[in-house]
Amino acid sequence: MKILVAVKRVIDYNVQIRVKEDGTGVVTDNVKMSTNPPDDNAIEEAVKIKESGKATEVIAVTIGEEKAQETVRKALAVGADRGIHIKAEGVIEPLAVSKILQKVVDKEKPDLVFMGKQAIDDDCNQTGQMLSSLLDWPQATFASKIDVKDGKLEVVREIDEGLETIEINTPAIVTCDLRLNEPRYASLPNIMKAKKKPIEQMSASDLGVDIAPKIEQIKVEEPPKRKAGIKVSSVAELVQKLKNEAKVI
Amino acid sequence: MSVLLIAEHNNKELKSFTLNAVTAASQIDSDVHALVIGNNCGDAAKAASELPLVKKVITVEAAHYENFLAENFAPVVTKLADNYSHIVCSANTFGKNLMPRIAAKLDTSQVSDIIKVESQDTFVRPIYAGNAFATVKSTDAKKCITIRPTSFDPCESSGGSAPIETAEAGEEFSLTKFVKREEIKSDRPELGTARIVVSGGRGMQSGDNFKLITSIADKLNAAIGASRAAVDAGYISNDHQVGQTGKVVVPDLYIAVGISGAIQHLAGMKESKVIVAINKDGEAPIFSVADYGLEADLFEALPQFLEELNKLNTIQK
Repeated sequence: MKILVAVKRVIDYNVQIRVKEDGTGVVTDNVKMSTNPPDDNAIEEAVKIKESGKATEVIAVTIGEEKAQETVRKALAVGADRGIHIKAEGVIEPLAVSKILQKVVDKEKPDLVFMGKQAIDDDCNQTGQMLSSLLDWPQATFASKIDVKDGKLEVVREIDEGLETIEINTPAIVTCDLRLNEPRYASLPNIMKAKKKPIEQMSASDLGVDIAPKIEQIKVEEPPKRKAGIKVSSVAELVQKLKNEAKVI
Repeated sequence: MSVLLIAEHNNKELKSFTLNAVTAASQIDSDVHALVIGNNCGDAAKAASELPLVKKVITVEAAHYENFLAENFAPVVTKLADNYSHIVCSANTFGKNLMPRIAAKLDTSQVSDIIKVESQDTFVRPIYAGNAFATVKSTDAKKCITIRPTSFDPCESSGGSAPIETAEAGEEFSLTKFVKREEIKSDRPELGTARIVVSGGRGMQSGDNFKLITSIADKLNAAIGASRAAVDAGYISNDHQVGQTGKVVVPDLYIAVGISGAIQHLAGMKESKVIVAINKDGEAPIFSVADYGLEADLFEALPQFLEELNKLNTIQK
């Protein structure tokens, strides 16, 4: 069984986001970038399945500028076998990403495609569902537990009401929740070894996919700031404030 | 053109956020049609027909719609899509799972999680965990939009009498099977719509200690929330998680206990009207968004809090 894992390079989750003064976006120059956190869970799960003997190959794919390759290199350092980097500049909307991934799927014929449930930059939560739609494959979104069975997966999904279990036939798409597993750290020897693993490069236009945005970004602004509150000195004072000042209890 | 609203329901009743989504839909165009897909969901369809802002209800029923699988729902929606300029749904796990499957089939770039309707093609949506607001214009002829329900008021739920039409069911998608759903039943208000939310974080130290939160929530008739750290640690189930990848809540009062206030948590609660933080670390970032901060050991503060609440003559419900 072959598993394709899509990873995205995003601003690190610990970075305090700053909006550009001209309203064209957020500051990305000299800002720490990392792999989108739930994409790390997706890689980890694929590698674990391979280690259990149920998969033969894990391929990491990313789409983006030259530096996006770093996310593939990181995936190789924690156990992916080889990488694919689709070069593309600028904003690539989830629909375009899923069309590119569809081409990669056509070529690689994986049994499973894993990715994070949501990217923490655009917060769209679309790509996995769109890819499964284009392929007419089953989708298991927001996965917090995956059991690989013969030609099937049993997946526990995190939903608003609690947990839902579904069974999907492969080939299928799974989008991963942060609770799916605990991603490992790459060891230094494995980081060195990863440098020798192959990364195939191609461009979105090589694949014949139109990546022109269909959503125009008019402006990006800072959200309204909350005004600073006060510190209270005791529980009694807190309750009095809530009752008499804020009038919420 | 008209707006097709995909109603979220449990086959008997509409889920409460459907009312918020209807409000948003009506701000896009007044001709809002509600689509109720389910199994024996006549009561839910009737409830949708009673919403005064809904002009028509379309129901599609079959056994394989019982469990709301996106693989079964999406073809029903795309088949009806010709008649609509906009297809909208709540941006909760139901809508997040379903809408992109529809949008991709329609070759539409979806606009997720909008918090404001500027015009029929322009919307405001939070990005980067709500640290920036983007105003975006969709250039697709047909627009697929998910709505952040807490950013829109619920619509009136009675007084309407829209006609109910039936549309033909599609085939079952045989490669995905529903197995089970584990819903946590509770008499408490729903987390997403509660007037008061009391949330615990890693500082609670154990699931057992959440009893301290429960007793205060009982007293205030509040919902119980949690940070991701508390859910990850197994203190409480995932349906309580508030934040970027959990639920977004906008209660009148949000009480954060033992929560440091990572930006991912703030993304889910910082629009609350009044925020209280109880934390022993005076430098915790949660204090930067709190209206009232109490720097204290929660294991001392929470029992005192309950005692003080008990002294009050009346508590608003």
